[in-house]
Amino acid sequence: MTAETQPEVIVIVGAGHGAGQCAASLRQEGFEGKIVLIGEEPYLPYQRPPLSKKFLSGELTIERVYFKPADFYATAEVDVRLNTRVTEIDRAAKEVVTTDGTRVAYDKLILTTGSRVRELKAPGAGLKGIHYLRTIDDVEGLKTDFHAGKRMVIVGAGYVGLEVAAVALKHGLEVTVLEMEPRVLARVTSPEVSQFFHDVHTEAGVNILYGHAVTEFKGDGHLQEAVLSNGSTMQADIALIGIGILPNVELAEAAGIACHNGIQVDEVCRTSDPDIFAAGDCTEHPNPIYGRRIRLESVHNALEQAKTAAAAALGKEKPYAQVPWFWSDQYDLKLQMAGLNQGYDEVVLRGDPKSRKFAAFYLKDGVLIAVDAINAAPEYMIGRKLIGEKARVAPERLRDINVNMKEVADS
Amino acid sequence: MAKITFIDHDGTKRDVEADNGLSVMEAAVNNMVPGIDADCGGACACATCHVYVDDAWMGKTGEISDMEETMLDFAEDRRENSRLSCQIKISDDLDGLVVTTPESQH
Repeated sequence: MTAETQPEVIVIVGAGHGAGQCAASLRQEGFEGKIVLIGEEPYLPYQRPPLSKKFLSGELTIERVYFKPADFYATAEVDVRLNTRVTEIDRAAKEVVTTDGTRVAYDKLILTTGSRVRELKAPGAGLKGIHYLRTIDDVEGLKTDFHAGKRMVIVGAGYVGLEVAAVALKHGLEVTVLEMEPRVLARVTSPEVSQFFHDVHTEAGVNILYGHAVTEFKGDGHLQEAVLSNGSTMQADIALIGIGILPNVELAEAAGIACHNGIQVDEVCRTSDPDIFAAGDCTEHPNPIYGRRIRLESVHNALEQAKTAAAAALGKEKPYAQVPWFWSDQYDLKLQMAGLNQGYDEVVLRGDPKSRKFAAFYLKDGVLIAVDAINAAPEYMIGRKLIGEKARVAPERLRDINVNMKEVADS
Repeated sequence: MAKITFIDHDGTKRDVEADNGLSVMEAAVNNMVPGIDADCGGACACATCHVYVDDAWMGKTGEISDMEETMLDFAEDRRENSRLSCQIKISDDLDGLVVTTPESQH
């Protein structure tokens, strides 16, 4: 066996969760060479989940949102270059090129380019008062308009839209949510759980309108009115658009790296170029638990793939095989979800949604493939474990709250 | 400000200085203490920051909420002195705190 030469310089492109974790993992794996981390935002890697929750509400300061404190990068000797965009990967020369033409050489390259918001294409979409929520700057912009008494229209009833709706209502704004689909969270959960979140939000005072899109925004410099797809109009002072995200694949694609619904990687996060790895939202990767290739938009995936990619860049194979999981905080509710429910043929409710503490289990051919748990940690914790084991679980045991979750699989 | 000692399952000790108001999890993550992943960033949603609190300190680490209690109940190898480190807030009273990280998180 020939020992592979260890890389001397590893360049990380992007500065999100995945990038921060990559830098930390490279050092934890014992890498002593040079690490360059290049990000286009002016901030050190930070956590995005609090942006639509405690950072928007003002409960968390920016220091608490950072993934690691500033001195971490000094101690770990990470050469961090912010406000810098990588415009090209020169694979032949093994260099990345930044906006100002600087060329940075790499032995191994890790792409953690993440994702960006899907933009709403409509006349007037550039008016002041119309916001997206993906970055710290987005939230700082939103906060300037985020005042009690303002009429807010939220386009899209996904996680971001609903989390912001909850915070906005608490701040005394009047909130209307517009959703094209006939239910909230349509892309990620079942009709049963959508109904629960519809009830929670409408009881709290959010007005949710289904089957509606915005076709135009009107205003004299600043938003005043939204025109809906049925021709009606709505007065609005502020709008938040949360209609999904798109993976940032263009840099990789232009360099000839295989991309399809994300940067294509194998089980150790290697792209079609053996010296280039990718992690996080931007990848499409194999998931052995589901036996198919998937793209995930989650912190857990960014962190775990970053660990795998960092190890692989150093020649250590630590294949990625995780049950995906997600969480969302809305009002007093903690929603924890494990697995992917696509293709389920049976949904089993455990507990009464009216008690605001229940879980929905998803089965396919008798095998547990996903769980959505609302204020129900045992269901989530055990569910996640059973999903990883591809366990068969009897629906009647799952449904019976007198059967302890620890014993639910013993049949 | 408090000094906190993290002990690995294999006995390796790491001392960390941390500001009041942060959580013990943040003190660990900020200082690259292995064995505390804290995937959820402190939302009490993942149980990947599970620690065993040295018995002498158990009374000073604050109340365990219902949510933490249930998360812990299903964490691997729960013991009497188990806590989620994201739920322990640092204060002067915790200067000298000693916690051990579980083997399952390594």
